[in-house]
Amino acid sequence: MVTRSYMSRREVEQQSFTLPVAVFVPVGAILLQVLLPRLIPALAILDLPLIVTLFFAISRRSPIAGTITGGTIGLLQDVLTSQPIGVNGMAKSVIGYAAASLGSRIDVDNTATRAILTFAFSLLQSLLLYLIERRLLGIRFNVLWLHELLRAVVNTAVAVPVFLLLDRAKHQE
Amino acid sequence: MEFITRFKNALFLIVVLLAQAIALAMQVRAPVDSAQADGRNVRLIRMWATAAVTPFERAAHGIGWGLHYGWSDYIDLRHVRQQNKDLQQQLTRMHIEEAAIAEDALQGRRLQALLAFRESYVGSTVAAQVIGDSGSDRSRVLTIDKGSHDGIKPDMAVITQDGVVGKIRDVDPTTAHVLEINDQTSGAGVILASTRIRAILRGSVAGRAQIVNLTADSRIKPGEQVLTSGGDQVYPRGLPVGTIQSIAPDPDHQPYTAITVRPAVNLDRVEEVLVITGTQPDLPPAAQQDLATAEAQHAADLSAERLPGLHDDQAPGATGVNGAAPATPATPGPTTPPIVVIPHPLPPVHPDRFTSGTTPPAAELTPGGPNAPQSPPPASQQPPAKTSPQSESPK
Repeated sequence: MVTRSYMSRREVEQQSFTLPVAVFVPVGAILLQVLLPRLIPALAILDLPLIVTLFFAISRRSPIAGTITGGTIGLLQDVLTSQPIGVNGMAKSVIGYAAASLGSRIDVDNTATRAILTFAFSLLQSLLLYLIERRLLGIRFNVLWLHELLRAVVNTAVAVPVFLLLDRAKHQE
Repeated sequence: MEFITRFKNALFLIVVLLAQAIALAMQVRAPVDSAQADGRNVRLIRMWATAAVTPFERAAHGIGWGLHYGWSDYIDLRHVRQQNKDLQQQLTRMHIEEAAIAEDALQGRRLQALLAFRESYVGSTVAAQVIGDSGSDRSRVLTIDKGSHDGIKPDMAVITQDGVVGKIRDVDPTTAHVLEINDQTSGAGVILASTRIRAILRGSVAGRAQIVNLTADSRIKPGEQVLTSGGDQVYPRGLPVGTIQSIAPDPDHQPYTAITVRPAVNLDRVEEVLVITGTQPDLPPAAQQDLATAEAQHAADLSAERLPGLHDDQAPGATGVNGAAPATPATPGPTTPPIVVIPHPLPPVHPDRFTSGTTPPAAELTPGGPNAPQSPPPASQQPPAKTSPQSESPK
């Protein structure tokens, strides 16, 4: 017999993480992102910080927390690049907000849902970066959308096992 | 108040985005030129982040370096002998080519002196190892293990033996960031090697180095070498940048063409670099000495070509065709007679009946008798080994 309660889905499934996990997983993702392309240059197409942003956002299901997580990770990424600080920060803030908003409405524990979400948000990030760089900063360039599509596929392929790994760090409330 | 409570999430996002947009506006100017050094605050932020990340990069680099060299120096030594042999042959060829190039270089310097042209040569360099990068294919920045403590300053050129890598962007005490030539914010003055057309090389978001300020020109062909022009005051003139890979109309920037340049350096696999810390108007002393040696060698070769008979390869103590001084005996014996060197012509390529050594001696000829048919000597006939007059007499 199914037991129904008056608590919302968000209240039931909102999850939290210990402080070490909340700090070291994003920092580790950024470090890996910096180190891996030195070993295998093709891995520069991967965006581990995006995957971590998505994971924390859809797990916490709090748009404000998602915005903060995404913004912080994006700003840390910007600091290590030649880009002005804020480009990735803005894009990932939006990604964190949108992922958390979706996470409170759909079942994000399903692997297929996670894969679709990662693919869609990877493309959304490419679009946001294009808009920020082209429209806001006025940098003239052409986006290679096929390359961005490939990036989304690679991110999706990597995100699914990473999500399963990070699921073990969850604390159910 | 109810509005704020109801839309607090969206309002929070807007505030965060607005704050970052303002921060962006404070960093960039129109047009965007982020190849320039950052403002003080931004530089500090980047420095702190770099200081936090660098230890991990150094550790990872050290581990990777140890594994790589453990394998390549002690285990994977196949084909080393063959490579050594090939390199020896290559070195010999380059010595020969060097002599020819020396004369061109001297002629170039004479012409430059006539034109009062001031060229800068690489004066001093600092070797550095690449320990990290930006981790994004949208940003082409390398981190090297040398910083301001080693004399590194912003806008110094960074090269490898193959060509240009980029220039120094930010400098910390122990590390520095190199902006690669294919970064979207990078730029360099270049010249096309054969057509001598000057242009500006820029990077793109996709990591391609492109020349975008030239109109269509039928003289520009794929495969042409691209060199630094020296006009940007960053890269010394004449360094290899790459070769033209493709030429296509630029749809966003008519009537200009988008010329894609394949970098001379594999920018994805840069391990060690040289930072040019100083330039000088003259060649470095070592290079001048090499040039003088090459010039003397070339002059000796020219003399050998013009006066072939003065060099006797078979003479005792002769060392070869390069005109090197023969080895002098340390203690010449008192009974050794002086050797009279008589010049000999080089052996003919196509000997005939007029060739020296093919005519019978006069003592064997009969006055009024018929001429005996002369058989041409073999093509591989060598000049007499001995240089004494007796050895030249026909048998």
